[in-house]
Amino acid sequence: MMEIMEGSHAVAEAVKRCRPEVVSAYPITPQTHIVERLAEFVADGEMESDYLTVDSEFSALSACVGASAAGSRVYSSTSSQGLILMAEVCFNASGMRLPIVMSIANRALGAPLSIWNDQQDSIAMRDSGWFQLYAEDVQELVDYHFLSYRVAEDHNILLPGFVCFDGFILSHTYEPVDIPDQETVDAYLPVFDPYQKLDANDPISMGMYATPDYYMEFRYELDRAMERAAGAIEDAGRAFGEHFGREYGSLVEAYRMDDADTALVAMGSICGTVKDAVDEMRDAGRKVGLLKLRSFRPFPQAEVARALDGVAAVAVLDKNISPGMAMKGAVGLEVRDALWKTGIDVYSYVIGLGGRDVRKKDIAAVADLAESGRGDMFYGLREELI
Amino acid sequence: MSFEDWFREDRLPHIYCTGCGNGTVINCTLEAVEQMGWTVDDTVFISGIGCSSRAPGYIKTDSLHTTHGRALAFATGVKLANPRLHVVVFTGDGDLAAIGGNHFIHACRRNIDLTVVCMNNMIYGMTGGQGSPCTPVGAISTTTPYGAAEPVFDLSELAVTAGANYVARWTSYHVRELTKAVQAGLETPGFSFIEALTQCPTAYGRRNKLRQVSDMVQYLRTSVILVQKIQRMRERGEPVPEDKIPVGEFVRRNRPAMGVQK
Ligand SMILES: Cc1ncc(C[n+]2csc(CCOP(=O)(O)OP(=O)(O)O)c2C)c(N)n1
Ligand code: SF4
Repeated sequence: MMEIMEGSHAVAEAVKRCRPEVVSAYPITPQTHIVERLAEFVADGEMESDYLTVDSEFSALSACVGASAAGSRVYSSTSSQGLILMAEVCFNASGMRLPIVMSIANRALGAPLSIWNDQQDSIAMRDSGWFQLYAEDVQELVDYHFLSYRVAEDHNILLPGFVCFDGFILSHTYEPVDIPDQETVDAYLPVFDPYQKLDANDPISMGMYATPDYYMEFRYELDRAMERAAGAIEDAGRAFGEHFGREYGSLVEAYRMDDADTALVAMGSICGTVKDAVDEMRDAGRKVGLLKLRSFRPFPQAEVARALDGVAAVAVLDKNISPGMAMKGAVGLEVRDALWKTGIDVYSYVIGLGGRDVRKKDIAAVADLAESGRGDMFYGLREELI
Repeated sequence: MSFEDWFREDRLPHIYCTGCGNGTVINCTLEAVEQMGWTVDDTVFISGIGCSSRAPGYIKTDSLHTTHGRALAFATGVKLANPRLHVVVFTGDGDLAAIGGNHFIHACRRNIDLTVVCMNNMIYGMTGGQGSPCTPVGAISTTTPYGAAEPVFDLSELAVTAGANYVARWTSYHVRELTKAVQAGLETPGFSFIEALTQCPTAYGRRNKLRQVSDMVQYLRTSVILVQKIQRMRERGEPVPEDKIPVGEFVRRNRPAMGVQK
């Protein structure tokens, strides 16, 4: 049934239906409404979970690691500084191959302090071994939670994952959203069946010391699992269609890309604005389209190359900055890598950092820049401040 | 100069809610600093993240607004790099006792020459009222909708046990006492900890049947008991009320300290 709901509350409804046995989180804007609602569900007996009010994000994810290792489905959510504080534990969780799912309300990193949106936080965790999905709207955000648990817990994958969504833009706005009923979710997402767990009758140790003779192979296996995750996300996305009637069978979504000469590439809620901008540009006779990335890790290299085949110029909208890297935006670099040797021009535009608004006319201006061969730059700076 | 000269007026209006107790605690602290004869050039204010931690932004001195929970670690660096600076830390119960708890006990143990003023409003104010390690058992917060169940930290007792040279607790109602306590902390070499129980009408009072600002101040006024009174009651063999929060000076001593200017 469609309901009008705040993004954060929709996430809480989705998480409730995933039936995590342990929820552990520390409050941080703009994630708070999710965990407050979950705390209510638990207190009201609507959710059979333990809710831990821990003392920091570091403890939050550490408790999740412990609970997951002991064989429970677990959930956490954070943002910005909280995610970066979790960094050490993030690497541990993926190294131990624990299928934890965490929602990331994307927010800028300090200093200077900002509570507003960009995607620097999760992108900075690029190499932590967690898969990363980015939602365009509240419906995708809800759906990715069911999908993520299914992928993470697949015995062929066993990776933790982020469901990323733009802070405030999605977390605090109300949208019509279909919250599936429990039976449908249960049919799609079976009861957690841990591949291995801490068990006094059959002891194992996790996270032990690996000498140089062994360490590399662990990282190799992690990377292979991430490669397999691409296929697993597609499979889970197709199965999603069968259960819920909404398909996510590809890691990318092409919007008006047929015959496009200029392609915009983006992740997250900005895609909504880009679609409107593309419509206006198309109305004006310009051959422009959007390629939306659903997944940043694993990076859908082959799909990107296929979808962008034949365009003349690509403009990647990067809500992050990798200081000192010539191209500037981390997503741009991956797209350029995917198109390496094709001769297609790929440019990155660092845009919308720390909550700076990105309007349709900005998108059109970026398309102009790409068509005129100018890019790998910040867009929308206030010159008077520099 | 008066304490008002320490305010950075160009940063006004401040972000605090109407009736918030933080402003009172800042006034008391600046009054104490002023009494010490310190100047804006030799005093540094450091904080983490939270409503309480916004305080240094409104003061004219150099300041570091750092990450949540880490103010004491940053302050330790500042003090050791330049022991001539007077270093004062503003913090909250969440910043100090939850995410920054480890730094707190170690700073007390080292007895580093800082003064810490903690605005304990018993809640995470800035993020909208989630339960903190100081939310009283039974109190409502957004993460404890039917009342907090976990035991709380007694921050002052913790500081005494961990080794601080000066420890006192007052409330935002006890303006004179609080000011004197901060001044005593500033005077004492080594780690000084002043806990100020503070009203947060927005995130705490509203949910805990203390809807008016005055209700919260009244609550602070009437929930406390003087340490001297406890002492006297003990001497007389009278039962000490367990629901009252002790206020006053808990310790003033001279353990070896770190970072004291010779
Ligand atoms: C690493 C990290 N986690 C979480 C937050 C979000 N956060 C900001 S302020 C705050 C709590 C503040 O509570 P307290 O320290 O008691 O100060 P108050 O606002 O009540 O004065 C939290 C959790 C953050 N900024 N950084
Ligand atoms: S939320 Fe509470 S602590 Fe923060 S400014 Fe408002 S009253 Fe003060």
